[in-house]
Amino acid sequence: MRIILIFLKKEFAQIFRNKMMLPIIFVIPLVQLLILVNAATMEMKSIRMVIVDNDLSMASRRLASHFLASKFFVIDNYMSSAIQAQQLMQDGKADVVLCINRDFEKQLLNESSAKVQATFNAINGMVAGIASSYIQAIMADYQAELIQSGRYNRPVSIGVAGTNVAPAQLNIQHRFWYNPELNYKCFMVPGVLVVLVTLVGMFLAGLNLVREKEIGTIEQINVTPVKKYQFIAGKLIPFWILALIELGVGLTIGKLIFDIPIEGSLFLLFAIAAIYLVIVLSIGLFVATITETQQQAMFIMFFVMIICIMMSGIFTSVETMPNWAQMVNHLNPAYYFMRVIRMILLKGSGFKDLLFEISCMGIYAVAMLTLAVRKYKKAVA
Amino acid sequence: MKTYLSLVKKEFHHILRDKRTMLILFGIPVALMLLFGFVITNEIKTIGIAVLDQSNDYTTNQIVDRLESSCYFVVKQRISNYGQLESVFKSGAAKLAIVFEQQFDYNLQRNRKANVQIIADASDANFANLSVSYATAVIRGYINDKNVQKSGMLQIVPEVRMAYNPELKGVYFFVPGIMALILMLISALMTSVSIVREKEYGSMDVLLVSPVRPVEILLGKVTPYILLSFINAFVIVVLGWSVFGLPVAGSLFLLFFECFLFISLALSLGILISTIADSQMVAMFVSAVGLMLPTILLSGFIFPIENMPLILQWFCNIMPPKYFIIILKHIMLMGNGLKEVWKETLILLSMNLFFILLAIKKFKIRR
Repeated sequence: MRIILIFLKKEFAQIFRNKMMLPIIFVIPLVQLLILVNAATMEMKSIRMVIVDNDLSMASRRLASHFLASKFFVIDNYMSSAIQAQQLMQDGKADVVLCINRDFEKQLLNESSAKVQATFNAINGMVAGIASSYIQAIMADYQAELIQSGRYNRPVSIGVAGTNVAPAQLNIQHRFWYNPELNYKCFMVPGVLVVLVTLVGMFLAGLNLVREKEIGTIEQINVTPVKKYQFIAGKLIPFWILALIELGVGLTIGKLIFDIPIEGSLFLLFAIAAIYLVIVLSIGLFVATITETQQQAMFIMFFVMIICIMMSGIFTSVETMPNWAQMVNHLNPAYYFMRVIRMILLKGSGFKDLLFEISCMGIYAVAMLTLAVRKYKKAVA
Repeated sequence: MKTYLSLVKKEFHHILRDKRTMLILFGIPVALMLLFGFVITNEIKTIGIAVLDQSNDYTTNQIVDRLESSCYFVVKQRISNYGQLESVFKSGAAKLAIVFEQQFDYNLQRNRKANVQIIADASDANFANLSVSYATAVIRGYINDKNVQKSGMLQIVPEVRMAYNPELKGVYFFVPGIMALILMLISALMTSVSIVREKEYGSMDVLLVSPVRPVEILLGKVTPYILLSFINAFVIVVLGWSVFGLPVAGSLFLLFFECFLFISLALSLGILISTIADSQMVAMFVSAVGLMLPTILLSGFIFPIENMPLILQWFCNIMPPKYFIIILKHIMLMGNGLKEVWKETLILLSMNLFFILLAIKKFKIRR
């Protein structure tokens, strides 16, 4: 125990002697939160739309005004030629071109069915998909309004009783629980916190160890009677503590600047973070044992981390991933932590709700730590 | 020339000897392509829903059937009161709940109006928004069909065409960004780290006191990385084409010319960083925060720049990857030529000039 304490003292002295450390601990979370959370928004604010109205009838104008009223679309241009509009899209100046045919109103009157063409710049498939669902919703609204007004309703064939009743209407109400304004930031802040904790746990710990290898000081420790577990504990615990502090700093910033909700128990969150960190630190340690230079270690960890974080559902929810990816995710520690931190912070889920995630992480932590410790050898091959 | 070639040879040996880094170097583009192509999507696959059916009649059952047969929704749980909903959401068993009022069918038939509530667990805002709009569409579709069946009610049919990416594949959007990221990684990060390593080990001093000219040292240092970058760019293009059916719509020659512009820009940034940093750790750190992060976040790679706050948009404007990504989109996806991207190309070119001069000026011959 005493040896571990001495080790801790040495590590902390080394860490705090490094001038980069203070900024890493306090500035990075601030910058990351500020930039990431603000930049990483999937909220659609303005979709640039061009309307080509070839009909210029009452009906087509009303339709256009519906789009004008929607807050999702910014209508830059009214055009009279579809080719011109197409050119605008080709130049990257329009996201959607809405084309209303010349006999839009006539068709409504005569055939009670009219078509409207919407062409999307679909390079960003997500935006195009959502924009298309907005457009369809707006058209459905307009359609309902027309039906209600009865102007274009065809006289229904006479004689059949009961057909000439008013159309059935469904009043569909939406409720968004836990985040009624659909504030994307509430979703992103916990995600960024996971990145932060992973970064500190994996990179700092791993690189620290490899550095000793590269400089050769590890040899000096290896020849002392210090036990393997003492050395590893001395290496991991400082970063374990540091990462937890980092989480606290990040949470405080998130609360102060973004006013994210903290519904659940903070104690539970930190307890789970502690388990998660054991996994991450072990991965860092493991990478450090199989590499020789900092450059190698950094590349491998960068690789591991980008995959873990991307798959954990930081930007897009896990539910939208293909099944195999969802299966693979059960091997991804970041997936559990991402899920847990959001559930605790936003929904106030308790220990009982998280039992499955917690036990998975527990098993993972034990397995990973054992693997990393066994892989680490005092002797140099 | 001969010294230059032998320097290149030496550098190549350095790189090729390190098998793990090589593996990662070629693994990263492949992994990123697959990841963004298959995993990072915003398509709804299956949403677990909870149903609170206070009416439980023919129509409500039909609506639930319709939801399920749309392939997007799976009924995970049927609950009998609002109180249960809280625990369903908290445990994460379902992310969406459909609530039918009492006497739903009766209200619909008699009063021609009935209420249905869609409650979403919005802790995941985007997904909630998306799934609510899907559910609304399905339910609306049901009632529309019923109405149309009955009386030939009028319809406005949207004809949707998705230009440049008819199947809405996510990978189309991400390929330019992946390209920028990889080129930045190899050209800027690796170069700066490898130069700083020579500084750390002291072998740089040895080179500098030798009769080799500094320009030759620098060129010898960066040439292998230029080659590696090109190979990777090529791998990405081939992978996009063979796995995801992503054609290069515009001119390949122009594409590689623009890649070259970006690579040399990244290289000069890498050299610049290496002149500031004394240790590999610092070099990595500065390139990660100063170059990689902006390439991922402030370039329109994943997140559209138009949606960001104004300050960040200004930041984006001074980030070279932004222009590179715009250029790539025009050339690869929209099939445009130099006519459409000359402005961006000019910006890259002038940034290039600026940073090359700065890097050469800063590159110290003495400690």
